[in-house]
Amino acid sequence: MKKIIRLTVNGEPVEAAVAQNQTLVQFLREDLGLTGTKHGCGLGDCGACTVILDGKAVNSCLVLAIQANGSEVLTIEGLAENGKLHPLQQAFVDKGAIQCGFCTPGMILSAKALLEEKPNPTELEIRTALSGNLCRCTGYQKIVEAIDDAAKVMSGREES
Amino acid sequence: MNDFRVLNTRAPRVDAAAKATGQAKYADDFKMPGMLYAAILQSPVAHARILHIDTSKAKKLAGVENVVTSKEAGLIRYGVSPARYDETIFAHDKVRYVGDEIAAVAATSMEIAQEALSLIKVDYEEIPAVFDMFEATKDGAPQIHDEFPGNINAEVHQEFGDTEAALKSCDLVVDHTFLNKRQDAAFIEPHSCVAVFDHAGKLTLYTSTQVPHYVMRTVAMTLQIPVGNVRVIKPYVGGGFGPKCEATPLEMSCGLLSKITGKPVKMTYSREQVFLHSRARHQFYAEMSLGVMNDGTMVALKNKAVLDGGAYTSFGIATVYYSGSLLGGPYKLKAMKYDGHRAYTNKPACGAQRGHGGVAHRACFEQLIDMTAEKIGMDPVEMRLKNIMTAGDMTVNELDMSSLGMKECIEAIREGSDWNNKKGKLPKGKGIGMACGFFVSGAGYPIYRSDTYHSTVVIKMSEDGGVANLLTGSAEIGQGSDTAMAMIAAETLGIPLENVRVYSGDTDYSVDLGAYSSRQTLMTGHATKEAAEDLRDKIAGFLAEEMNVEKSGITFVDGIVKFDDAPGNFEKIRTSYIKEHRGWTDQPSGEFLTFREAARLAFLKGGTLVGTGKYKPHRLGGSYKGAAVGTSPAYGCSAQIVEVSVDLETGQITVDKMTDAHDCGLAINKMSVEGQMQGSLSMGLGECLFEEVKFDSRGRVLNPSLGEYKIPTALDMPNVRSIIVESNEPNGPYGAKEVGEGAIMPTIPAILNAIYDATGVRINELPVTSEKLFMALVEKNRIV
Repeated sequence: MKKIIRLTVNGEPVEAAVAQNQTLVQFLREDLGLTGTKHGCGLGDCGACTVILDGKAVNSCLVLAIQANGSEVLTIEGLAENGKLHPLQQAFVDKGAIQCGFCTPGMILSAKALLEEKPNPTELEIRTALSGNLCRCTGYQKIVEAIDDAAKVMSGREES
Repeated sequence: MNDFRVLNTRAPRVDAAAKATGQAKYADDFKMPGMLYAAILQSPVAHARILHIDTSKAKKLAGVENVVTSKEAGLIRYGVSPARYDETIFAHDKVRYVGDEIAAVAATSMEIAQEALSLIKVDYEEIPAVFDMFEATKDGAPQIHDEFPGNINAEVHQEFGDTEAALKSCDLVVDHTFLNKRQDAAFIEPHSCVAVFDHAGKLTLYTSTQVPHYVMRTVAMTLQIPVGNVRVIKPYVGGGFGPKCEATPLEMSCGLLSKITGKPVKMTYSREQVFLHSRARHQFYAEMSLGVMNDGTMVALKNKAVLDGGAYTSFGIATVYYSGSLLGGPYKLKAMKYDGHRAYTNKPACGAQRGHGGVAHRACFEQLIDMTAEKIGMDPVEMRLKNIMTAGDMTVNELDMSSLGMKECIEAIREGSDWNNKKGKLPKGKGIGMACGFFVSGAGYPIYRSDTYHSTVVIKMSEDGGVANLLTGSAEIGQGSDTAMAMIAAETLGIPLENVRVYSGDTDYSVDLGAYSSRQTLMTGHATKEAAEDLRDKIAGFLAEEMNVEKSGITFVDGIVKFDDAPGNFEKIRTSYIKEHRGWTDQPSGEFLTFREAARLAFLKGGTLVGTGKYKPHRLGGSYKGAAVGTSPAYGCSAQIVEVSVDLETGQITVDKMTDAHDCGLAINKMSVEGQMQGSLSMGLGECLFEEVKFDSRGRVLNPSLGEYKIPTALDMPNVRSIIVESNEPNGPYGAKEVGEGAIMPTIPAILNAIYDATGVRINELPVTSEKLFMALVEKNRIV
């Protein structure tokens, strides 16, 4: 039995019939073709599937698509505006925070949720916000530096 | 200082924006019309004879398109090294570990494929299994492969000099043993593949691999398709670290099912399957004796190794050789003896992982050096400096250190960490430790015996002369090779980085052995440089002819052309270029001829302009058995100092600071070099303190998830002070060499030496959990 859900994805209204056991990450990737959200473990361990659901960073493999009914979802594809990278994306590019890139969408979205709540986070606050997003390539250092940089740009403390 | 315009900078990666926006496609992101979903049936038991396989029920399930077993796949044996082909696509007579592949299903949905697996009935006759590498080689142990009695998969015996005599001549001989644990590479992207077999009989695999070339060869062999009809395309890869260096049953199953059904077939491993497939770090047991003189001079090293290989060989022969050969440096030794063997056990096969074969034995050796230094009352830094090799030295096992900034690395971390003010002066519970290591810049020989080029590269100019398209089979897996190649091409052609586009990871583009043994910067880099030089030379030739000047006076830099350092008389070329491109937005201007105009002229005279380059190493190594393993055109090296805090009440360890200096030759891209250094240290920290793949008494993995198998998070990893030490490697393109694996070699022993400094307890088994350290502290206090 499928159910109809209505939600907003990256600012666009979406209406779809989904199986009740379909997860949000499957819905985004398989049904909507938004493959920027990555599937790394399916158990909520790695954070690669992180999206922002009603302002909060969540593992989309642990959310059912029907639970997102009526919600607003932001995926990595919805971050750049008018072809211009979001300051977080730009900082990840400039600071060498990206290697294989598989954790990157989730990292950026976790960072975005953090900065909405705390525009001027400490290093420990950044590291804590990322602690559910695993990265095996970078050792996290350049990711933390990039988020710190983006925070400064976004809060107007530094020119982009 | 140097005159480089593109190299040696901190250029953002060429693929960064695609990855930051979600546009970068990984294998699991591909979807094709009519695509089927495949799944593999894996053995639930560790050792059993297969009596019967019944797939009839699975075949009848609606939506199932095909089911294959060894009957359809055949019994062609494959593996990594032709000397030990011990696998077939599917098990036929028996299964050898929990996870051994038995059958594969293709269906119209993933759910149906999974359901079909549950309908396949396999009758097993369980037989005794052996899971411990020491038990496996004892008399009467269950035999895993008939061809390898005693479960000895490979053994190595090497001696250089007279080790026993040398040890006898020493003032002091110190012994140490060390045991690490089986690790998982824990790349975040699970293996995934889409296979497309077309009507022309051609098979294309889009697969998450480090080695498109080897996958192409293996799949062609096992599926009996002419190798020219197999194309392997590596999309973006979410990390490899070694285990993605060989063809997988996943790739072969997809290929076979696509060949049979005529439809695209996709399969992605679950995280649990990644653990079951494994091919990651072995468990190593090391036993060593180091002989020294009272003044700290190292004389001789005796080294023994036992490796737990799991059920198949994978890279194992090379691994067991590396555990010996990579101790030949970076310290001068007069004699070295190595005896190692790799045992088969009824567990997933181990293979190559970052620092292949060298990491555990390096950890043992570097601890042993500290133990020895303490006994003779010498500072560990001084003891290492006293014995250090320098550029031009040859190890006792004939590895040629054509460049080696090891001494500079040690001095850099001593300074960078303020060692002299800390060593021996820290409060109780705080410790500081150091270690060194080195690694190959590309294996000296291919995995199969061949005179093949290790890398070839094609650079093709766009018709307007504005873009150099670089075609290579090399594998960008996150390490930054696409960016490094673009930078080498841009530097050589004398054009800005943004004017180079890289197309990589496709066996149709060029020959490249792939991303393993830290080889691409040096090897693909050489081929790239040669291709760019070839192209540059062709353009210069056409220009010289057109302008009636000497070719030797033509130079390209920053996208412009100079003739004996002057603008030259190029008006005719510019006028015609502008005329040809009327209405375009980016007409050439300025007082010099642009590269674009020069390349366009060359196109008009000679058609599509192509430069090609190739590379294979010169003959390397000694003539003894196994001399090939460990050889390389160049060696990168690293020294690290780690500072820890230990809670003496609980054994809890916090790594406070890490200082790392790495000699990578010329740093092509400094940001990428630091990234490799920091990532290596993170993996080493995890292996030292947390990581262990655990099994139950029946050979089942107990922790096949990233929640239970713990890798470092952002809260576990301190910031690393990363110091790039640059030497000029004569065998490297522009003097460059590796960083990706050498940087992990010192991490574990540096942490262990720091823990000893903090506690007085020498831990000889990984991982150093707080429980293990606590128990060791209790034991020490009891004895004291």
